[in-house]
Amino acid sequence: MNITIDYFLILSAVMLGAGMYGFFTRRNTLAILISIELILNAADINFAAFNRLCQTGIEGYVFTLFSIAISAAETAIAIAVMINIYRMLKNNYVDELDTLKW
Amino acid sequence: MDYSQFLNMGQELSLLAVILILFVADLFMCTDRKSGKGVLNTPLPVILLTVHTLLGLAPLVCPCCVADATAFGGMYVSSNMAIVVKTILSIGTIIVFLTAHEWLKQPEMANKQGEYYTLTLFTLLGMYFMVSAGHFLMFFIGLELASVPMTALIAYSKRSQESAEAAAKYILTALFSSGLMLYGISLLYGTTGTLYFEQMAPQISATNLVQLAALVLFIGGIGFKISLVPFHLWTADAYQGAPTAVTSYLSVISKGAAAFVLFVVLYKVFAPIIDQANLLFFWIIIFSITLANIFAVRQKNIKRFMAFSAISQAGYLVLGVMGATPQGMTAIVYYLLVYMVANLGVFLIISITEQRSGKLLISDYNGFYRTNPKLSFLMTLALFSLAGIPPFAGFFSKFFMFMAAFKAGFVVLVLIALVNTVISLYYYLLIVKAMYINPSDEPIPTFKSDGYTKLGLVLCTLGVVLIGIISWFYSYIDQFSFGL
Repeated sequence: MNITIDYFLILSAVMLGAGMYGFFTRRNTLAILISIELILNAADINFAAFNRLCQTGIEGYVFTLFSIAISAAETAIAIAVMINIYRMLKNNYVDELDTLKW
Repeated sequence: MDYSQFLNMGQELSLLAVILILFVADLFMCTDRKSGKGVLNTPLPVILLTVHTLLGLAPLVCPCCVADATAFGGMYVSSNMAIVVKTILSIGTIIVFLTAHEWLKQPEMANKQGEYYTLTLFTLLGMYFMVSAGHFLMFFIGLELASVPMTALIAYSKRSQESAEAAAKYILTALFSSGLMLYGISLLYGTTGTLYFEQMAPQISATNLVQLAALVLFIGGIGFKISLVPFHLWTADAYQGAPTAVTSYLSVISKGAAAFVLFVVLYKVFAPIIDQANLLFFWIIIFSITLANIFAVRQKNIKRFMAFSAISQAGYLVLGVMGATPQGMTAIVYYLLVYMVANLGVFLIISITEQRSGKLLISDYNGFYRTNPKLSFLMTLALFSLAGIPPFAGFFSKFFMFMAAFKAGFVVLVLIALVNTVISLYYYLLIVKAMYINPSDEPIPTFKSDGYTKLGLVLCTLGVVLIGIISWFYSYIDQFSFGL
């Protein structure tokens, strides 16, 4: 069986959709972060698959590597912020973050 | 490998040198960490950054240097316009450092002052790379380098719950929007097979739905950075929760860099589908300006008020993007310069008032004129410039912006923007009215500002008064706008 680009694109689109759905519906900040990781990884899959099956060169792979490194840095700082919030509020639900509004 | 190409990115290298010097200086000058006495304060970063700004101007003054130089095989593109934008951004950062002096002087801040400067300058470095990007990888790295340390800056007051909350809201929305933008870039890569701006443009067509989806995702990602309306929800919370010196940085510098990049990418990459982009921006601009104006009227906290004012100003800033004409480019950079001096002037006064009296509500400014006449006069000048009253610079920047959009053929849009200028005049004057007319039993007591705040105010006021009247600024920027 020949695996075409369609399979990869469907996989990444499903991951993107799941990530967006999770971002809007989850209440726990860590779960939201996991949803965002799904979105970022969907884009990475796209890059790698496009590079492997459609394009020449290694531009897409290199972009994937950089993007993984950058999303790791972002996750690190996001978790640091969440730990800081946990210390103050003793939980990390987004509904509790309501001092600033309107 | 030709190492001389590194010389083409002189401004980035000298900024990196400034960061390293400050980093090492923080280690050795701050010997008295235990008792919390920081030695490293405003003078060293400000002097280094001033030297860096002047050095960066060298390619513009001496004709021997190559203007349009590239490095890393075209990933980094330096143009004269980019040099002008970077200079404006670094002047803004100098003024922000002057703003931060009083806040960082407090005992509990003294032992972590150095981090503030390093983090701020790293975001500036990210914006430099973003401004000079010629390849989507460079663009993406610059964007993230500009937004990740920014989160640490917003969460800088470690004990304040507001600060932490603002940082959480900022980082979650920033990650979400950059994830969507990354997906858009991957679609572009898949359909064109390249990531270079120049090579991408010929392969983009209006009939390709995937590329249109990529355009929407891209505008979503960058619209978050500029805080345009459907993507603005983080703005007010982040501005209110962040320390005031960080808010002033967030409101001008990061926004300006992103607006410039948006123009460059639209001009270089999305040129074949610019009509579709214009249709999107038509509605984005109308909603940004109008909604932000309506929300600004009902604000009570002055930082939150400035956040909505900033969203509305971002709408005007993006007006120059419409049509992607050289005149629009000049208008954007000029608007950025003028908006920067006025907004930073207002934030200087908000910051010094907060430090001296701890008050941040608009009603606290009642009777401000009786106790602090000079400061309220300067604040009035800056607010007039933001609202666009002649003869201050804000009038001219808005005028050139409207001219550019009008010539590109967006008459209705210019009309709506003009009507909104009147609404914005109303809410800017609310603060002026509070300061001059509203009586107050307990006005903010008279205080003396420190030297750094005074220096910053002098710079901002000179900018507000002179940049509009002296036409040299506009024509100087204008001569670079054609080649981009």
